[in-house]
Order: sequence, then C-alpha cells, then structure tokens
Amino acid sequence: MRSYVPAYDMRVPLELDEALETMAREPGEWKPFAGGTDLMVLLEQGRLADRKFLSVARLKGLRGFALTDDHVTLGAMITYRQVQTTAILQQEFPLLCRAAYETGGLATQNRGTLGGNIANASPAADSPPALLVYDAELELVSASRTRWVPYAGFHLGYKKMDLRPEEVIRNIRLPRTKKNWRQYYRKVGTRRAQAISKVCFAGAALVEHGGISDVRIALGSMAPTVLRCRKTEALLLGPLTAEMIRAAADELAREIQPIDDFRSTARYRTRVAQKLLEEFLLGLITPPAGESA
Amino acid sequence: MAMQSDSMPDRFIGKSIPRKEGREKVTGRAVYVDDIAMLDMLHGVTVRSQVARGHLRGIRFAESIPWDEFTIVTAKDIPGKNCVALILDDQPCLANQVVNHAEEPVLLLAHADPYLLEEARRAVELDIEPLPPVFTIDDSLAKKQLIWGEDNIFKSFLVESGDVESAWSRAHLIVEGEYETGAQEQLYIEPQGIIATFDAEDGLTVWGSMQCPYYVHRALMTLLNLPVNSVRVIQTETGGGFGGKEEYPSMIAGHAALLARKSGKPVKIVYDRMEDMAATTKRHPSRTRHRTAVTREGKLLAMDIEFVVDGGAYATLSPVVLSRGTIHAAGPYFCPNVRIRSKAVATNFPPHGAFRGFGAPQSVFALERQMDQVARALGLTPEEFRRRNFVKEGETLAVGQMVREKIDMAALMERALDLSDYHAKRKRFAEENPRRAVKRGIGLASFLHGAGFTGSGERYMASLVGAEATPEGQVRVLAASTEMGQGTTTVFSQIAAEALGVDFDLIEIVQPDTALVPNSGPTVASRTCMVVGKLVESAVLGIRQQLLSSSLLKDKYTSEQFRQACRLFIQNHGELKSTAEYSAPVGVYWDDEKYRGDAYGAYAWAVYVAEVSVDMTTYEIRVDDLVAVQEVGRVINPVLATGQIEGGVAQGVGFALYENVVWQEGRMVNSQMTNYIMPTSADLPRIRVFFEEVPYAHGPGGAKGIGELPIDGPAPAIVNAIENAIGVSIKRIPVTPEVLMEALEGVHA
Amino acid sequence: MPEAPKVAVSFAVNGEPRTVEAYPMARLLDVLRHELRLTGTKEGCGEGECGACSVLIDGELVNSCLVPVAQVEGCRITTIEGISGETLHAVQEAFVECGAAQCGICTPGMVLAAVTLIERHSAQPTEDDVRNGLAGNLCRCTGYMRIFEAVLQACEKSVGAGA
Repeated sequence: MRSYVPAYDMRVPLELDEALETMAREPGEWKPFAGGTDLMVLLEQGRLADRKFLSVARLKGLRGFALTDDHVTLGAMITYRQVQTTAILQQEFPLLCRAAYETGGLATQNRGTLGGNIANASPAADSPPALLVYDAELELVSASRTRWVPYAGFHLGYKKMDLRPEEVIRNIRLPRTKKNWRQYYRKVGTRRAQAISKVCFAGAALVEHGGISDVRIALGSMAPTVLRCRKTEALLLGPLTAEMIRAAADELAREIQPIDDFRSTARYRTRVAQKLLEEFLLGLITPPAGESA
Repeated sequence: MAMQSDSMPDRFIGKSIPRKEGREKVTGRAVYVDDIAMLDMLHGVTVRSQVARGHLRGIRFAESIPWDEFTIVTAKDIPGKNCVALILDDQPCLANQVVNHAEEPVLLLAHADPYLLEEARRAVELDIEPLPPVFTIDDSLAKKQLIWGEDNIFKSFLVESGDVESAWSRAHLIVEGEYETGAQEQLYIEPQGIIATFDAEDGLTVWGSMQCPYYVHRALMTLLNLPVNSVRVIQTETGGGFGGKEEYPSMIAGHAALLARKSGKPVKIVYDRMEDMAATTKRHPSRTRHRTAVTREGKLLAMDIEFVVDGGAYATLSPVVLSRGTIHAAGPYFCPNVRIRSKAVATNFPPHGAFRGFGAPQSVFALERQMDQVARALGLTPEEFRRRNFVKEGETLAVGQMVREKIDMAALMERALDLSDYHAKRKRFAEENPRRAVKRGIGLASFLHGAGFTGSGERYMASLVGAEATPEGQVRVLAASTEMGQGTTTVFSQIAAEALGVDFDLIEIVQPDTALVPNSGPTVASRTCMVVGKLVESAVLGIRQQLLSSSLLKDKYTSEQFRQACRLFIQNHGELKSTAEYSAPVGVYWDDEKYRGDAYGAYAWAVYVAEVSVDMTTYEIRVDDLVAVQEVGRVINPVLATGQIEGGVAQGVGFALYENVVWQEGRMVNSQMTNYIMPTSADLPRIRVFFEEVPYAHGPGGAKGIGELPIDGPAPAIVNAIENAIGVSIKRIPVTPEVLMEALEGVHA
Repeated sequence: MPEAPKVAVSFAVNGEPRTVEAYPMARLLDVLRHELRLTGTKEGCGEGECGACSVLIDGELVNSCLVPVAQVEGCRITTIEGISGETLHAVQEAFVECGAAQCGICTPGMVLAAVTLIERHSAQPTEDDVRNGLAGNLCRCTGYMRIFEAVLQACEKSVGAGA
C-alpha cells in the first residue's frame, strides 16, 4: 500500500556544506538520500518512516577519488557501476567489484551507492563483507568536524550505527594491503541475478611459508549486521590441515546467528556458510588459478 | 474447406508473419488500461480482510480523512446478486457478514486523488471476530471445520477403466508414491486493472486487462442486475494473463462498476503488485497419491490415483481445474485398469484459479515422477519403461478415449533423446559425478495435453465468430478471443488471409468489445487457434461465398478484385456479413455422467528432456539445457509457436525450482517480486524447441492447441534429472536449495 | 496531513526541455506517465525488480519507479518514445522481426535495456553477454530466447554498420 507521497519532502542542496549545515541546524530531521534504491521501495510499501530528505547523490564533495601508495579513497556516492569500472578496484579489490556486480541488476547498479548501502545497513547487503575483509575505514563528516572510523566497528546492531544524526559518510578508504592475499567471494542468492543474498561470504588470506599468516572472514545475511568472524579466523593461523578446516567450520557455526525467514532457513544458511568456508580454505591449498568461485 | 486453390503453397499458414501489433508494442504506443485517463476520473481501491476467517462485526472510519469527499461502497450497495457469477456463484463480490479468506474484499473507496485514497485505505479498520481457519487439504477432508457446503468439497470425480482391485494380486510389483505441488502465482507483468463508467442511458461500460470479455459481461449483469445490452465490456491491450485474468477480472470489474455507479464518474482500479499477488488467484496446490501395479514384462497393469487440489475459500473454477487434472492424471500410457478419484477441497486461502495447464501440470508432475519410480523398481531405464507403455493409435486412454491420431510416442521420445544427446550424457555424468562438486543429471517427461474444452464443453459454449466486409474492402473479424501476447491477432489474420487468398493487410481483427463481437468463448483451454481459429476460417469463407454466389467474384481473383467485389456488394445490399457457429465434429462422444469418452477433440503430444547441474556446495540447481519436442498438428506461425513453448517452459522451470508462495496464517507474505522468485534470463537455459506435424482435420490448417502444453513437462523432467544427478528422489515442488539440502541430509524440513 | 510543497523540476525528456510542478518525492515514473502523458514507460512492480519502468537518465539505464522527481533536475531523460525517430531503432526492428515482444508490457523497458547494452559493447556481444546484460528486465511471456535473438541481430547490424 503506497505511502502518502505529499507528506514527504526532499531538498536538493547544491554543495555538501549546504547539506551539512541543514543537518546541523535540525539534527535528525533531514536524512541523506543517495541513490534511493532501498528507500523508494519502502515508500512504495508505505513503510518509509522518515519524511524529510536531502538528496546527496550528486554532491561533488561526496564523489571524490584519491589514490596514494597506501590507500584508495572512494567518495561515498560512488555507484556500483562505477566500482565495477574503476581500474584500481578491479586490480586490487576484486571482491568489492564482484559484490557490486552481484547487487541488483544494471539499473540498480547505476543508481545505488556504496555510502547509501552502508548507511542503509541491511544485514543482507553484498558489499559490506568485502569492505570488512579489506579493513575499510569510513570518513564521517558534519558541519563541525570530521572523523575516521574503522568500518569494522561501524555497525552496532540491527540498523544501528556509529553515525550521528548530523553526519554523512564522505569517503570510504581502502588500505592497499591485500594485493598479495588470496581472495574469495561468493554470494548465494535466491536466483542467479538480481537476488537478495541468503548467504554472502567474503574471505582473504595471506599465505606464506606454506601456511596462513593472516586471514579475514566476513559474512552477510548471518546476523543483524554484517559479521566479521574473528573467532573463526583465530583458528586458521599456520599450516592448513583437515582438522583446522573442520574446527573452523564448527566455530563458524557458533559465531554466526542466522535466522529463518521467508527467503531461507537458519539450517541452510549455517550449512552453506560452512561449505563456503571449506571451499575458500581448500582453494588456498591448491595453487592460485583465479580469484573467487 | 475449399481454399482459393488447393494446389498452391500456403502464403500465410506456416510462415513467421511478424506480429500485427508488433510496432505498437516496441514503440510503447500500445494502450494498456493504466495508460487511459478519462475526464473526471476517480481512482478506486479495495479494503480487504487481514484475517483468514471470521465474522465481520463492524467497520470503523478514522477521523483524519475527509470521508464526505469519498465514494464508499459496501455489499449493501449491490443492486443485483452479491456474487462473482462463474460456475457455482458462491463467491461474494464484497464480503457481507463473514470473511472466508485473507485479502477478501469488504469495502471499496474512490477519490480523484490517488495519494489521499491510499491514506484513506489505511484509515479503515475492519472489526473481524476470528473463527478457526482451515489451511491444509487433510484438515479440510477431515472436516475439522465445515467451511464450505456440507463437506468442504467443491467437486469430485471418479474415472474408472477395467478393475484396479482385481489387479493387485496379479501384480509382479506394486509401487506407491505421494507427490505435492505448491501454489504458483501467474505474475503477468501488467497488474490487474479495470476502468468503469456508468450512466442511466448508456448503461455500464468497462475497459480492462482480461482474457474473457463475456465472462466479465455475464458477471456484471448479475451483480448490477442489468440487461444484456446495458453492459459493454472492452478488452484493452493485455500485458499477460496465463489464466490469471480468466476469472479474476470479473471481480475487479464488479468493484469498479459499483464505484462508477455510485459516484456517477469513471472509476479506474489498478492493483499494485503486492495487492495483486496476495489477493488474486494462483495455481491450485495439489497432492497426488499413486499406486501402480506392473507385470514382470514391465507393462502397466493397474494405476490407482488419488488427486486432490486445494481450491481456496470459494469454488471459482475448481470443478474444471479438477476435471482437466483428473483426465490428464494417467498420461499418454496404455493401462487396462485405471481408477482416478479426485477432489477439489475448500480451505481458507484466497481462492485458487486458472493458471496455464489448469490442473494438468499438477497431475502430470506426479505421474511422470511416479513413472521414473516404477522404472527404477523394475530395473528398467525411464525411457525403456515408457517405451513399453506408450499408448498407440487404436488403444484407449484412461477415460476411454480411443486414440485416433497417428501418434508415435516412442519415435517422438527417440527424437527428443537424440536431440538432447541423452544417452551419451547420462553415461558421461555417471562417470564424472563422483569426482565433481557440481553433479549433473538428465531426465525426461512424456505427456499429452488436450486442446479445447473438455467433453461437451465446446458444444455447450456454442462459440460464434463473425466477419464483415467494409465498403473499402477490409474484412473485419469479430471474435471475443483476446490477444495477450500469445499471437491471437496475428494467427487469426493468417488464417483469414489464407482462407480468402488475399493480402495480409486486408484483414482486420476487431478489438474484443461485447458491443461488436459475438461470444466466441473464453481465451483459455488451448482453444483459441484450434477451435475459434477454425470458426474464423468459416466466417470469412462465408463472406467469400456470398461474393461468389452474387457473381461479383470469380473463382480466381486478386486482392484488388476482392476489395472491389466487397464494395459493390455493400452498395447493392447494404452490408456483407457472415457468422460461423461451433459444431462438434462427428463421432466425438463424451458421457458427462460416467465421465468417459472422447475428452478432447485433439491432443498435442510431447517429450521434454531437461539437463541439470546440482551444486553440492550450495544445493543450488540449475537447468543447463531443455529440449522440447512436441507434435502439434500444424505450426501456423513458427516464431509465435516457438515463443509459446519457450515461455511455457520458462514458467515450468519457475514452477519446479523457484516459485514458492510463503503462507502465514493464510496470507501470502512474500507478495513482492523481490521475494517471490521468478527466473531471470540468467537463470534459464537455452530452450530448444522442435515441432512435428500430424495435421488435425478439424483445426485451421491442421493445427491443434499448444498454449498450455509446454508448462506440463519441465517440472517432472527437471526433478527426474535431479534424481539422476544425485540419487535423491524428491516428490514435491518447488525444489528450492533448502528442500534439496534437507532431502540430502535426511532431515525433514 | 502536513504536506511538502510541490516544486518545479526542469529536465529534458527525449530532447525536449520540460518543467513540471510535482511533489518532490513523486516517482519519476508517475511524472512521466501522468504529468507528461508519456505512457510508454510501464509499471510492473513498483519495487525496481521487473524493469518495465526503465528509462535512461543521462544515458544510464535506471528504474524510474525508484527515482524521486526532485533528483532529476537538469538531467537528460530518454524514454521509449524517444528511441524511434522517423524510423524504428535497429533494436525495435529486430524485436518485431524476431518475435521478441509477446504481450508487450515488458517491451519498452527491454528495448531500452537492449539499446544501452549495445552501446556498452564495442564488439559483438555473445549470447551470454546478452543473457546477463538483460537480467534486470523480467519477461513472463517469452522465456527470453526471442529477445536474445533480436538483440544479437540488432548488434550485428550496428557493429556491421560501424555505428
């Protein structure tokens, strides 16, 4: 049942400063609105609780790009399509490109943004697991200050995040530290294209001297927020053995909190998450052919 | 059936003439109901029960809405009979004192402002005192609650051949199996929509997305107590139907009509997707139990089949769905002893209704799965077991219909196996699967689908088609058959142009409008080309005959001469018209009492082969190839016919693997396209279509009906292929990865 | 009920400058269909799943049911009405020849998706490219096979003609 559209307001500020000043003046009244691919669905269903929006999608201040020896910094309003076509991301951050390719269809990818996706905080989002694996950092900006936070601590609970009402995500910064890591991404959705994920697995491992010296495992659709599986990671250091893989799979089942919903079951999600973990780890034993499955 | 010259090759029949309305469709100029706006038009919405069963105690209107601006309609505003006239007339148009399903319509609102209208819809509260609902076939049969009639049963059938009870003791083997299919949403991309206008002089006119203008016409006469000529129903370009717009439009048209009558203004009701999915009809869920006896030689000795469908809260078309499912339940096999006991039962779900296949996809799924089980029990391959049991010309089907068609199912199957490289793949997959994380399998289904109405249906329908010439020499075909993508307009034009021997653009198919066209029957049951198309041919030949008889036309003529002759005839006589009425072919007998005889005038016959991969990491199943071979009489338009098969196969793949209605307390909770999964292009295989033609004497150009055939085969072929791939026998669809996982890991979901 | 004031939004549609007065969060789809009477763009789902509402905004394919009109200020929008000129676009011709439209409701969006797909491929795409490239547009009638054939045929003509 559609919302009462006349009750909703949207302003289109021309500059980021203008947007931030409005948000600072009336904290919590004005919400940033990016590509709209999530919020407009809620509007259609009569479930969009917020009423006043500031369109931030085309603000130059949120569309930056910077490349240094140590970091790639992406403006929050980078679209999924732009992620896929950015050379340095294809080369060094393939999981993020993969996630962008698997999000919705082309029409969604032309509008949906990384920053919007993060702030929407759906537990089933496709990019957050990749961002966690890459140790992403977020720049949060308001009229009065700027701060950087590790993405790993950003989500505090279901749709709760470390973002103040007057703040906007300005940049997503990716340290260029995973170039030599083995990387894996697999999304299991309700169908092959344009699907909400049932299980979303991102993994990366630094394999040296015949063993794993560092590892990242992150899952989507397994908990109220995207999940970094540190306890599972802790069991995976050293030369990889069958026992380690089994133990890690058991630990993973304890670390995740999947639910039954009308898309899938907790049992399925758990079982498949374990199998994806195994697929990732077994792939580390064989020489690198390509990246993710 | 004389044509201009029997020795000349067909100019139009058998050719892929481009769709007549193709240019309008690719430019966005085709006009669908929501594209129409009228002066002073109001929008209408429906307030529905959120409770599956209960007493309606009251209706509350919140004070925040300016209600005096609204037109409000309840059951009290119905001047005629409060029902959606169809078969049993048990379904109210608006609930009055009780509700029997979630989403049952109770109240209608209209206003010029569509935004305010939605706000108003939210502001109406229905006070319903719940009653215990029935949600399973078993609970309905057990009569835990009597929710319909004396025994919750809409209809039952008994079909018997020979004597099954005598066969068990003689059997070499007896195999039992139970199979289930779920509800499936038609998911036409254009939602349901109707515009209605009403005034004292002109009466009621409705425009809308529909398959059967005359069903709507009859329903509106009954609801509004109006005479025949005071109701006019016009079909607008329809964005998909698949059965979902067979009976449901009568409901929404009734609602728009009531609002138009009360407000005195045009009213448009167009459903949003969530409402359309949750409130309108879906395919009947089914449960089939098979008990099959075979001889040592692998021949069928007895088939005892119990077939039950869940009809939802009201009868709608359940009696007919049950009929077709029953007649198709024993398939293209010869078996001397058959018993089919079938029932359609009531539950408190929104009423289920027509969806392509209409009972057959359900019973064919069960049968073709069962045939593979029996083959395995005998130690025979699926194809060998079928080869030994296919019915042949001169033998009878379960309902006692002698097969008079020159069908050779064994040869059809050989062709399908050959085209799909079945034997080589089966061997290769068996060798490779143990080493692979993605296991592959190949499986088949063999089936038939009757075209036209069952039994005496066509005779009772007595369909009519008219033709008339214009002074400019155009021939206008007047038929109630609707174009909804399947190609009616083009195929009728081909048939007419061929019969008359004139240029294609002389033929005009009139937009179905009950003020202009006679009742050709509904656009359902794979009858449009075969039955109505034949009447189109007869009707235009009637025009030609009058011209020949008047000597205005010689035996051989050009298109221009034909035009001239029409002009002259009309000058002399005022008009040039012809009507053709259906008459049953001689020698076709059906006994309604015993439910035996010639169930259908013609059958299309098919063997489909599906190749699947099963990913053992994620339990996802993919169809990699699907070969569809069918014998169809005559292919009038290869591109359109191929399109019908491809589209039907896609829906069958959805039925098998993806489309799952999730119910909670009798409501569909995944009523969005995000959560009700239909296959995208990335999920479907290449669909490879092959036709054979054994002309049917009573079809235009020899054609039989094919609209529904292609949705019968894919699901059992796919699930048979899954069993071949991983050795697990799954007996219900959809086979989602979750279902597959539970089956493999031995736990019931 | 408190109401946001309507705003004036100016943008180009099929090459023509237009200004509308609309609620800022009114869907672009509704503005096109009702304010501008460009009814070629269709609504199939209202949730960005089916693609029947596809239009091009600044050359990019988007679902117009998910775009608030306030966000298209200054944009160039192309709808199905803007695809053909005096003659049909190669994609439209191919759709007609190959039987790629059945009921036609998905067709405007599908044509736009095909046009943009061809523009993104400098060389002849494969059937898989087309299959995956059109995955955001749902068709219930065709099973997609005739659509792929039409797109590949249209590509050959464009690539061959050096378009």
